[in-house]
Amino acid sequence: MPIVLFRVDERLIHGQVVVGWGERLHMDRIVVIDDDLSASAWEQELYCLGVPAAVDAVFTSVAAARRDLPTWRDDPRRVIVLVRDLKTLAELAEEGVLAGEDVNLGGIHFAVGRERVLPYLFLNAEERETLQRIAETGVKLSARDLPGSRPVAYEDLLGSS
Amino acid sequence: MSEDAVRGLIIAHSSLAAGFAAAVRQIAGVGDDVIQAISNEGLGPEELLEKIRVAVGDSPVVIFTDLPSGSCAFAARKIGADRPGTGMICGVNLPILLDFAFHRELPLQSLVDRLLDKGRVGISGACIEDGARADRAFSG
Repeated sequence: MPIVLFRVDERLIHGQVVVGWGERLHMDRIVVIDDDLSASAWEQELYCLGVPAAVDAVFTSVAAARRDLPTWRDDPRRVIVLVRDLKTLAELAEEGVLAGEDVNLGGIHFAVGRERVLPYLFLNAEERETLQRIAETGVKLSARDLPGSRPVAYEDLLGSS
Repeated sequence: MSEDAVRGLIIAHSSLAAGFAAAVRQIAGVGDDVIQAISNEGLGPEELLEKIRVAVGDSPVVIFTDLPSGSCAFAARKIGADRPGTGMICGVNLPILLDFAFHRELPLQSLVDRLLDKGRVGISGACIEDGARADRAFSG
């Protein structure tokens, strides 16, 4: 079973992912790729409190994820993969590791220096450049907060503010 | 009610927290000094955490959240992890909040235990096809 959702969302495991997407996609497993979180047992525990009992949650580093991606793609379990920011996604995507993968931009919220692209997507200049670099590696990017929302293709994204 | 009584903070999606707070105000006659509402709408994790930190202050507090799996609950747990005097209840309902409004002078642990019981008891119902028993479900 391929990865059923690959998402950038700074909230990582939260209601939209667990309920909105998870219920719809019948997820069996959540993989969170984040160097800091993979080294913080107490934060992992906090996140796991929000994971349904039947769902397996894994926290891993970028380096380990680049190695393990083929395994997840071949795993019979339905996997949702989460990263919190574009920097992490860019590191993952280096050397075409994510070429052809559909990646969902699901939640990057307002912060100083960021401008509104969509109601759930705010980007600063550096993040826009990072997004461009990621797209050039062959990742198929689109924005969509929930399954019932209209997806916005990368090609249309940066002109949609 | 003592000024040392526990305060309440509802953190929820969209306008749910404000709606709960308004309902408690309407029924129990208590205001923002007793139960305050925060929405996570449009807030990133750090902004939500900061908003909660400001709201909880230094006194004992019970944080009520809607979903156990949501960003609201995660932020509340993160605040509570290094803040003594924090109670937390996920899956809040109106019976819980009303009971809180009238019993917040209790010690925090007793209060949280009591509210969990009240919240569970506050949920009842029946399938309409089971007509012979449906009335019992609404009698409490």
